[in-house]
Amino acid sequence: MLIETRPYKKLHFGISLGLTVFYSSAVVVIPLLGLFFHSLGIGVSGILEVFSDERIRSALFLSFSVGFISALINLFVGFLFAWVLVRYNFPFKKLLDTLIDLPFTLPTAVAGIALTTIYSQNGIIGSYFEQWGIKIAYTPIGIVIALVFIGFPFVVRTVQPVIEELPKELEESARCLGATPFQTFYKVLLPELWPSLLAGTGMAFARSIGEYGSVVFISGNIPGKTEILPLLIVTKLEQYEYEKATSIALVMLLTSFVFMFLINLLQERASKKLS
Amino acid sequence: MKKNTHISNQKQRISAILCIFLSVLSFTSLASEGTFLHVSFDPTRELYEEINKSFLKEWKAKKGSEFAIQQSHGGSGKQARAVIDGLDADVVSLALSYDIDSISAKSGLIDANWQKKLPNNSVPYYSTIVFLVRKSNPKKIKDWDDIVKPGVSIITPNPKTSGGARWNYLAAYGFAKRKYKSDEKATEFIKALFKNTSVLDTGARGSTTTFVQRGIGDVLITWENEAKLSLDEEKRSGKNTLEVVYPSESIRAETPVAVVTKTATEKGNLEKATSYLEFLYTKEGQSIIAKHFFRPTDKAVAKSSAKEFPNIKLFSLSDLGETWDSAQKKHFADAGVFDAIYKTP
Repeated sequence: MLIETRPYKKLHFGISLGLTVFYSSAVVVIPLLGLFFHSLGIGVSGILEVFSDERIRSALFLSFSVGFISALINLFVGFLFAWVLVRYNFPFKKLLDTLIDLPFTLPTAVAGIALTTIYSQNGIIGSYFEQWGIKIAYTPIGIVIALVFIGFPFVVRTVQPVIEELPKELEESARCLGATPFQTFYKVLLPELWPSLLAGTGMAFARSIGEYGSVVFISGNIPGKTEILPLLIVTKLEQYEYEKATSIALVMLLTSFVFMFLINLLQERASKKLS
Repeated sequence: MKKNTHISNQKQRISAILCIFLSVLSFTSLASEGTFLHVSFDPTRELYEEINKSFLKEWKAKKGSEFAIQQSHGGSGKQARAVIDGLDADVVSLALSYDIDSISAKSGLIDANWQKKLPNNSVPYYSTIVFLVRKSNPKKIKDWDDIVKPGVSIITPNPKTSGGARWNYLAAYGFAKRKYKSDEKATEFIKALFKNTSVLDTGARGSTTTFVQRGIGDVLITWENEAKLSLDEEKRSGKNTLEVVYPSESIRAETPVAVVTKTATEKGNLEKATSYLEFLYTKEGQSIIAKHFFRPTDKAVAKSSAKEFPNIKLFSLSDLGETWDSAQKKHFADAGVFDAIYKTP
């Protein structure tokens, strides 16, 4: 249908699909298959054995729990940011809007070093908390902060366009029919928004689990306490244990994939319901 | 009209094919010939910048030709892996002979007997492991025994991710083993040491930053050259908050070099690579090395720079009855001593 009504020919489709397939295989599919076959070298029982190690299990638990907590924080913080940016006008709004993309473009190591400087015992914020005996850098709290930093643009940038496109009439009619502002938000707006909120949060979560650059600086990397999964991949590589490294990566990849898949499914259901 | 679109289609098809062709071409030309690449570990960047300048000057005087040396620096293990995976290095200089052995064993690019090819087991310079403490040494740290006492906070990188940290670890282990004459006592000592460690950075430079910039910890276990570099930097910025402490004895941290024979031969760089590494052993090379706080192996240069390098007792890995292979298996591999430390509470 589309091909006939728009001025593009079938040939264009051929070339663009060809290029898409070529690049996605070169950049995504083939490397991931390589990962898959590399870890198959030690077999399923080998992979399971890797995860019988207490250190890896505690890193697995840490990575997923701090990832979950930071994604939850990002859900609220990111939504608030998006809402404020769309609904209100204030000075330097464009500047703030641009700043949000910074975590996407900044090398994560730079973010990690900057956050560690601020949140360590003699940093501007860290020294303040130190007075009450609260340590932020080199504890899981520090990891959560780093993950919130790198994850919140995902939520903002997914929700922002959806808020922009909410029809004004929806709210107007809700208010006319006597709904309180809270009811309007909760019963009328939120059902429209939650698929995109879920998608953004899911992406932030998936990103958090794999984050390495910023976290290694702020976490302190103490085995069993603040050691994250990507760090263990690096330590395995450092010992030339490619198979163990790839099997950890494979488990992370599969979990992330399943997670993203479930979110996509939920999202599709929600949008079907809406239409 | 129809003809026109046909022509533009064809044009586009050609340009698309050209695009793919060019991108493939640029991939292959990445491994270009005629370059000279030196792959090294982190703290030698400044050292080799100066070495390269002097060497190229000498090469031009002798051979009348010029070439450029490219440098690549990073964590020792990571650099070794890059060479194994195909980074076309002509020479490597790494933090441990284990890493060069690994290149040799896993890729065959370096001859197995590489250590025999240059003087002094292919070790042109070495260093040792010392302590960096806060000014006027508030915790009274004099020797290894003092840092494992309760209440002392140690900063050292993670031996699982850092070659330098393995030297730190083995220095402490070696001290305890030589003092208490037992493996169990030495393991207990290491356990106490890591119990006092609050931050395990992934590399030596990271630990220096944690200790110096963030002000965390009472003592940093570090390479002598790294400690001296920190003092140097403080002096330049007019600060005076640190002190170097030499323990009663420490390890002789040998940092070897090797020609990547196969790659250098393929690239026609074998002669350059060999004389480049031989230059490190000359008087000129050795003085540059001493200037960058690595200990020279040349006796005359060592004598003239003795002021910089206090004469402490140094033991080598073989004095501990270990080779890198056995030390790696025993201490740092999975389920080794380092893993066990963190397993039992």
